[in-house]
Amino acid sequence: MSKLDSKIPEGTIDQKWSKYRSTVHLVNPANKRSLEVLVVGSGLAGASAAASLAEMGYKVKVFCFQDSPRRAHSIAAQGGINAAKNYQNDGDSTYRLFYDTIKGGDYRAREANVHRLAEVSSSIIDQCVAQGVPLAREYGGLLSNRSFGGTQVQRTFYAAGQTGQQLLLGAYSALQRQVGMGAVELCARHEMLDVVTIDGITRGIIARNLITGEMEKHFGHAVLLCTGGYGNVFYLSTNAMGSNVTAAWKAHKKGAFFANPCYTQIHPTCIPVSGDHQSKLTLMSESLRNDGRIWVPKKKDDTRKATDIPEEERDYYLERRYPAFGNLVPRDVASRAAKERCDAGYGVGNSKMAVYLDFAFNTARYGKTEATKLNIHNPSQEDIMRLGKEVVKEKYGNLFDMYQQITGENPYEVPMRIYPAVHYTMGGLWVDYNLMTTVKGLYALGEANFSDHGANRLGASALMQGLADGYFVIPYTLGVYLSAEVTRMSAEKDNADSIDKLKTNHPAFETALKEQTELINKFLNINGTKSVESFHKRLGLIIWNKCGMARNKEGLTEAISEIQALRKEFWSDVRVLGSADEFNPDLEKAGRVADFIELGELMCKDALHREESCGGHFREEHQTEEGEAKRDDVNFAYVAAWEYKGVSEWELNKEELKYENIKIAQRSYK
Amino acid sequence: MGSGHGTELNLTLKVWRQKNTKASGSFETHQLTGISTDMSFLEMFDVLNEKLIHEGKEAIAFDHDCREGICGMCSMYINGRPHGPKNGVTTCQLHMRSFKNGDTIVVEPWRSAAFPVIKDLAVDRGAFDRIIASGGYVSVNTGNARDANNILIPKDAADEAFGAAACIGCGACVAACKNGSAMLFVSAKVSQLALLPQGQVERKARVLKMVAAMDEEGFGNCTNTGACEAECPKGISLENIARMNRELTSAALTYTK
Repeated sequence: MSKLDSKIPEGTIDQKWSKYRSTVHLVNPANKRSLEVLVVGSGLAGASAAASLAEMGYKVKVFCFQDSPRRAHSIAAQGGINAAKNYQNDGDSTYRLFYDTIKGGDYRAREANVHRLAEVSSSIIDQCVAQGVPLAREYGGLLSNRSFGGTQVQRTFYAAGQTGQQLLLGAYSALQRQVGMGAVELCARHEMLDVVTIDGITRGIIARNLITGEMEKHFGHAVLLCTGGYGNVFYLSTNAMGSNVTAAWKAHKKGAFFANPCYTQIHPTCIPVSGDHQSKLTLMSESLRNDGRIWVPKKKDDTRKATDIPEEERDYYLERRYPAFGNLVPRDVASRAAKERCDAGYGVGNSKMAVYLDFAFNTARYGKTEATKLNIHNPSQEDIMRLGKEVVKEKYGNLFDMYQQITGENPYEVPMRIYPAVHYTMGGLWVDYNLMTTVKGLYALGEANFSDHGANRLGASALMQGLADGYFVIPYTLGVYLSAEVTRMSAEKDNADSIDKLKTNHPAFETALKEQTELINKFLNINGTKSVESFHKRLGLIIWNKCGMARNKEGLTEAISEIQALRKEFWSDVRVLGSADEFNPDLEKAGRVADFIELGELMCKDALHREESCGGHFREEHQTEEGEAKRDDVNFAYVAAWEYKGVSEWELNKEELKYENIKIAQRSYK
Repeated sequence: MGSGHGTELNLTLKVWRQKNTKASGSFETHQLTGISTDMSFLEMFDVLNEKLIHEGKEAIAFDHDCREGICGMCSMYINGRPHGPKNGVTTCQLHMRSFKNGDTIVVEPWRSAAFPVIKDLAVDRGAFDRIIASGGYVSVNTGNARDANNILIPKDAADEAFGAAACIGCGACVAACKNGSAMLFVSAKVSQLALLPQGQVERKARVLKMVAAMDEEGFGNCTNTGACEAECPKGISLENIARMNRELTSAALTYTK
């Protein structure tokens, strides 16, 4: 008997959510006032959940490690947010968005959750616009859309290259409105260090005030982890420096199963590493692949400048390998193809770990069109390029500026150099249909859960999921659990030592607080020789080389023992300076790196056990003759949910994935 | 690899160190050698911190997060300018190629009474959150919205609102202002919502509440020097301040509860 109950409602796929939503138990307004909800993380999922729950009458506390909830890394999303509005009259529908997302995820996501996501997607756009989010408009005053990878309709809403920023500021303003009304207590510069459970039920958290170092106990009838993904396990990623797995990992050690940790998204178009000093990587939006052609020299170790290499000596390898989709193949496919060329010795730049993204061809094409519009006959090459550049600038100006700022090169004159980088993690805490983890009363929303993107996420779907979970799912599904809490509270109301009377005075809080205080002191007392940063770099290198874009049995097995050795070395030789009772960023990071090391081992174990290739998980042993990912639907059509059993020990639980509405097929882009 | 023309710099850094809010601070001098011109300014600080830890000294505390110029968390005052010598970029997007070999670089925290120093280069910008909480929103509960295309917004208005909404809340405007005024920050939010139909219902109450909250936080007054606009990494226009002044005057004269 499986320990996993996904609690998917009965009924046809298009009725599950609407019927469930209309029949779940409710909490009456008076009772909501006595129910406390702790929301950890203030990105799209956290801010939208906290604001919505506070509006409903719950008592809410929000925690974020940054100085303000507005800094959460959702802010950095560039491209857009999908919604099945069909404003373009191009055949979009809830079903198509559902279908595209399941297929894009390489048939490893749960049908019922993805359908619900598609259903609520339209309401997200309505809500954001009502808040004053300035999404892009056409001249008639209507909303504008653009295309993104993996779809054939225009369903992506956007605000220039700053869609995430605008959506987050919308959710943040809704949150701050509740803060101003006293309905939400804001705890910025606080880091959650543990979940407190009593008899297996979530009762609150331990958090550290990052300014004073004070360890705090917070009681809650439910705890929502909206803490984002774990891409920084790779050290170098497009994530923010502070993005971490600690909250999710501590929850995992308290009984929350971790699902599909090996599903990580490597985004094909990022600015390459420029040296050992590199601290993070920067994405160049997927939209650039509409007008940029990707190539490497046909000759190995070609040291000529890109502009000196004639057309016939260039290998447009995506166009060569995938004539049907060309430069617009999905992210996982484009990333692997770039790696293949660089590994074979065709990479460019000093490190040889980059490929060209070249806009010259389409700049010229635009230039010719512009010349025609301006009635310039027989335009010179200079005229064509000058006019073309104006068009390119209008479309991608901010990205080109960012590229020039970081690399010192002018992408209007020379091709961009790009290389794949870690961008998003599809894996995360296992949740049921209600978004509850395997620990009662503990929920995971947004990138922190595993539920909607399968083995590969489509562009413009992360923002959609974060806001769907926060605005339109958790306000309903949380009531399922809290209505039962109301019944329990009523039954225990005369009980002198009930949890509702004791709250944080319950001994479980004291025990958890003591454990976490000891852990903090342990970091400070090791007095080793190596910095936290140096361990993080080494961990990242192991994971990137052996659990990155391509994995194999031998490498993963090596990685597991290397990580175990690194963990031992960390705990005996790390140097953390300063004290526990002050603002100490290095101490914060020590805790995060300790958790990343443990997660890294589980990622490799998950990747090792999954003897197939799917989406972002590419096992070299499992590929077609043409080098494409080869799924094994007979043996691996399940969610791998890992249960923590102790240091380096996990038990695998499986949730079978049933496809009742979509026929499973092999993805092909040739 | 980088641009392939990366060179190395030797630098002298004078960095503000302050134990906590109450302690008095002072400058500390550090020599750095072999700094690649491809590094970002914050990566140069990473190198310095690694060096300090190696020597058994506590690292310099500074705020940073996304390192791609959008979160608004980084906040250094470099050689007398918020976010350093380059216009239109945050500290995290400032690269060492903007400096010369042998340069002395002075790094301080944002200095404003409303932004107390927490430690070293990190300051408390909670005042900005409290100003937004006082009225920087449209009061619309989740689930109440009508279809997004039922609200028609002229492209010009949408673009102008977007221009104001691009503010990242970093506080460079306050740090740049000799009066420590937060007018650019507050006016950006007031403008965004005043320009949009969604913001009309609460338009007058909003500007009154936000300006009152701003004054309460201890920010200074605006004397139209324009330093905020010059130093804003996101190019937020001074026109927003003019608009907010009009909004404020109009609301003060006509708003009735």
